[in-house]
Amino acid sequence: MSTESALRIVWLYPDLLSTYGDRGNLLVLAHRAERRGIAVEPIEVRSDQRVPESADIYLIGGGEDGPQALAAQRLIADGGLHRAVARRAVVLAVCAGYQLMGSSFFAKGAKCGGLQLLDLYSDRGPSRAVGELAGDVDLALGLPKLTGFENHGGRTHLGPSATPLARVTTGVGNDGATEGAWHDTVVGTYAHGPALSRNPALADLLLRWATGADTLSTVDDTWPDRLRAERLGV
Amino acid sequence: MTDPVPPPLPLRTKLASTVSRGAAALSRATGRGDGSVIGGRIGLMIDPNLLAHLAAGRKVALISGTNGKTTTTRLTTAAIGVLGDVATNSYGANMPTGHTSALAKAGRTPYAVLEVDEKFLARVLAATSPLVVGMLNLSRDQLDRFSEVAMMAQLWRDALVAHPAVHVVANADDPMVAWAAQHAPEVTWVAAGQRWHDDSWVCPECGAHIERAGESDWWCTGCTLRRPSPQWTIKDGLVVDPAGTAHEVSLQLPGRVNLANAATALAVASVFGVPVEAALPRLAQVASVAGRYATVVRDGRTIRLLLAKNPAGWLEAFDMAEPAPTLLSINARDPDGLDTSWLFDVDFSPVRGRDVLITGDRAYDLAVRLEVNGVAFRHVRSFAEGVASVPPGRLEVIANYTAFQDIRAELDRVN
Repeated sequence: MSTESALRIVWLYPDLLSTYGDRGNLLVLAHRAERRGIAVEPIEVRSDQRVPESADIYLIGGGEDGPQALAAQRLIADGGLHRAVARRAVVLAVCAGYQLMGSSFFAKGAKCGGLQLLDLYSDRGPSRAVGELAGDVDLALGLPKLTGFENHGGRTHLGPSATPLARVTTGVGNDGATEGAWHDTVVGTYAHGPALSRNPALADLLLRWATGADTLSTVDDTWPDRLRAERLGV
Repeated sequence: MTDPVPPPLPLRTKLASTVSRGAAALSRATGRGDGSVIGGRIGLMIDPNLLAHLAAGRKVALISGTNGKTTTTRLTTAAIGVLGDVATNSYGANMPTGHTSALAKAGRTPYAVLEVDEKFLARVLAATSPLVVGMLNLSRDQLDRFSEVAMMAQLWRDALVAHPAVHVVANADDPMVAWAAQHAPEVTWVAAGQRWHDDSWVCPECGAHIERAGESDWWCTGCTLRRPSPQWTIKDGLVVDPAGTAHEVSLQLPGRVNLANAATALAVASVFGVPVEAALPRLAQVASVAGRYATVVRDGRTIRLLLAKNPAGWLEAFDMAEPAPTLLSINARDPDGLDTSWLFDVDFSPVRGRDVLITGDRAYDLAVRLEVNGVAFRHVRSFAEGVASVPPGRLEVIANYTAFQDIRAELDRVN
């Protein structure tokens, strides 16, 4: 990102994938960037619009089967997200959006092709995973515990070049053992909706990747910390 | 119009109905509930067709939708009351057990107006053969447990195909409702508004983008689905009937959404043969609905209670709330849904600059949301602490379902 331009954060397909307060991730990132004096340009890209290739961070959220399959088709046809990732743009993919980062997923009983931006595939689980989700984050990322709420029927299986985002301590995540995945600058998680509201350190990691900054100035996290303590104590 | 004469009840139904009333009375007497669910449940065990038997011979209206159904049921009951006695489930027990209990308790009334949970509409349509069904709106609500909005619209659409005789009164401004009611043989369209748009950007018919213009117009960019031309509209605070006559509707209930609820109630009642002029004085008498909109004076504070259960409901509540100290209370217990993600679907900026207090089981979730929203707030540990911490005068309270019930209990179950 050049110093004179604002941090460009793209929210992909809110018309299809915004079922559980997914806007929250955009709002949290913008809020935390602006507190560091980093100007932000939020860009909402509808599913009938072109995906800009030159943005810094891309967010994609959760949704039901029909919209998920439609989103995958359109993102593959568009190609913009692939070109952005190729130049190391940052991606946070949540729930249905996370599944479609892989090679395949199931929607409405049919196997659908994914974007192949993470080495994983998803199938149907024996039961729906609904409830609190927590896990110890991959040490390489240097983050405190992940906390969120999950609500999904799929199970996700990681290939060798995707690393689990966390080891599950509460809930199901990918398969009851691991949760989410990351590779390079692409992160996926089943912590749905406004995942970053409970994980400000993950938000800051994405901001550091996007800006190239080694550190960011501290901000007052009294309320997120209280929320985390309460949720992780559940 | 002559009152319909109810047929005699079968013996089993009489027994079930009597036992049902007894169980309800017991539930109330022992303080375990208001009796509207347990009574119906026991009655339905004795006679599975109890609801159908109890509904037979009554002219029935059903009211359903994500938001406003309790209030609209109350207003419709008031309006149809012009014609005679009306049975209704006024405790908000809106599933078949609640309907059964309400009808058993009311005895043999010529009319019934029932609030119906969205998911049970097909079943209650089949059991009660209503004259009219009122369809208000569909939006996201408790998504950790219930179906997505498009699926609910499909359920409604299928239910109407299965019951072509029912007269539908539907909200023309909600694309999901309009699509659900589109092919019903008899529809009265009401321009009832839809402030919340985030569940109807995608056409339920073809998947293309839905375009919007002005206050309420909408159309699909990919197929022929578009806003039906409404027979009942709201213009400059007046309700305009199908003949073009504008009526001043004086309500004690606040907000544009309640004017729209009144318009729907008037439209439903007019299918029953109630003239608007006759219904209006009765609508004006409705002051609060199961605590919603109630005003209570406590320790010099005039406290008004607003219920908001989902993002669409919060938008309407902000429209009603006056610029005064405002207490927001959020829980995430079973009846609320366990997931608080929806807080980020609500833009809280309308209360920015007010003295905002937050409380409830999930106050910290709200705190994080408000901080990101740029809304300054104070956290209080309880409703009572909140009341004590504001100066004498008005206090607006907006709470989600169980948080609202907790506060109502502290105010001696205000109605």
